[in-house]
Amino acid sequence: MARAITTQKKIMWTVLSWGIGLLIFFPIMWTFLTSFKTEATAISDPPVWFFFDWTLENYAAVLERSNYPLALTNSIVIALGSTLLGILIAVPAAWAMAFVPGKRTKDVLLWMLSTKMLPAVGVLYPLVLIAKYFDIMDSRILLVMILMLINLPIIVWMLYTYFREIPGEILEAARMDGANLKNEIIYVLTPMALPGIASTILLNIILAWNEAFWTIILTTVNAAPLTKFIASFSAPEGLFYAKLSAASIMAIAPILIMGWFSQKQLVRGLTFGAVK
Amino acid sequence: MGRITLDKVQKKFGEAEVIPPLDLTIEDGEFVVFVGPSGCGKSTLLRLIAGLEDVTNGEIRIDGNPATNLPPAKRGLAMVFQSYALYPHMSVRKNIAFPMKMAGMDQAEQDRRITKAAEALNLTDYLDRRPGQLSGGQRQRVAIGRAIVREPAAFLFDEPLSNLDAALRVGMRMEISELHAKLQTTMVYVTHDQVEAMTMADKIVVLRAGHIEQVGSPLELYHSPRNTFVASFIGSPKMNLLTGDIARSHDATTIGIRPEHLDVVERDGTFVGRVGVSEHLGSDTFFHVHIPQMEEPMTVRAGGEVGLRHGDTIHLHPQADKIHRFDAQGLRVA
Repeated sequence: MARAITTQKKIMWTVLSWGIGLLIFFPIMWTFLTSFKTEATAISDPPVWFFFDWTLENYAAVLERSNYPLALTNSIVIALGSTLLGILIAVPAAWAMAFVPGKRTKDVLLWMLSTKMLPAVGVLYPLVLIAKYFDIMDSRILLVMILMLINLPIIVWMLYTYFREIPGEILEAARMDGANLKNEIIYVLTPMALPGIASTILLNIILAWNEAFWTIILTTVNAAPLTKFIASFSAPEGLFYAKLSAASIMAIAPILIMGWFSQKQLVRGLTFGAVK
Repeated sequence: MGRITLDKVQKKFGEAEVIPPLDLTIEDGEFVVFVGPSGCGKSTLLRLIAGLEDVTNGEIRIDGNPATNLPPAKRGLAMVFQSYALYPHMSVRKNIAFPMKMAGMDQAEQDRRITKAAEALNLTDYLDRRPGQLSGGQRQRVAIGRAIVREPAAFLFDEPLSNLDAALRVGMRMEISELHAKLQTTMVYVTHDQVEAMTMADKIVVLRAGHIEQVGSPLELYHSPRNTFVASFIGSPKMNLLTGDIARSHDATTIGIRPEHLDVVERDGTFVGRVGVSEHLGSDTFFHVHIPQMEEPMTVRAGGEVGLRHGDTIHLHPQADKIHRFDAQGLRVA
């Protein structure tokens, strides 16, 4: 009897999981299908599912009309640049918080996280003014800095939780063995925290890649990443669903493929080191 | 060289004073053991010497040079931790090489010393393994190897054998003693196990609540403990401490008699009691004897073949010249 119930439950959970999974996946699948339709088929009512004349004309149009390689390059530079810069700053910060905590370390951590709750628009004017002052509007360096600052609290938090799992005695051993702070971090802490650092890097690349508020507002042409590239297809001449879909697929494909290959690391990253 | 001097060294964690101002000199080449019950400050004291904790007041000198504010890396000391603290992402070879790499030693010299240390510690076949693939004893040997290759002024051991099983512990104890005899380098060793202290030390420092209770050679502590704490802490099984009339008859508040200094006699013993639990070790038998006028049972060491059973009457006679006398403050009366 007990066994039958278990099997039934198993089937129920399986069906439910697949249901939720497909529901979440549906928009991406629909975008994918639409990107191969003609504009007319794309808005046909009732919607056409699989049986239409598959065409690549949208992709050709998108590539012709806008500079996809530049947007892709910008996205890569901004996502990687902001993440790596963030890591460089966050590793020493998280080291200090994890291994030489002060009375207020917890408060500092919470305060850092609280900045994530600030509405981004709230700092729009000051940031635009600063960017204008330094004449770096529509530049990669500006976006690298801003996305780094936005994601820094998350990077520090994640690294902090990973570092806390490393036994302090090993770092003390390194100190006894003659390592100064720099060598202790380079030769002992970083290699031991590498899985955690990798998860942090992956998650932050994705966050930076998908960031659409600052990237759209602060760029025009030169530094415009893929988010701006997609947005440009929902603009002046009205909506072109099929082309918009093609652009979207081209924008999300790289990050989707990367996420697919690094699922394990990502799950560990998302649980913030709570699950070993 | 490795002469370590502590001059009025004090350690506070916030308001709590863990180590009250304390003086101690560790001579070059000495094997010094800090021993005491858990929480007595022995590990803190070692970490102060290592530089892993900051001294609140006082001064530490190594070979006459002030070291109080030197970082651990600059003190020229090597430490072996209870948890081994090996670098899990490095092979045994790289673990052992790490301090030499930090010192910027040339590769040929590094290799020479690694080979030598690996031979001495039976690690030659394991040099390319990771610490995770080694047994506890092998890991501890790697930790020792990592300590010896840099030829430090002194070795610091923080309960290095606590994580090993009993048989291995005896073996490692001998290996560390052998190492000391060979290297003649200062060693400071922390343990809560008085057997380790007695068997390895040139000099034992008995600590309680951060205070030094007594400093002396193992036999000095055994033969003339300065107070009742040292008397009962050193020696196994524990010394019997007796108060009341029997102590007054010796002009003392407390007298102490070690289990091995009580003779079992046929009749007319100083103490007459009933045999309780007996522990047969083969070579020796330990009897726990219940004596009517005493609260706690007395422990007696007898030969392996004494045929007394639970409940039998036993007569005991202390060896007169082996009775320790203590006054009302628990201090030894000469």
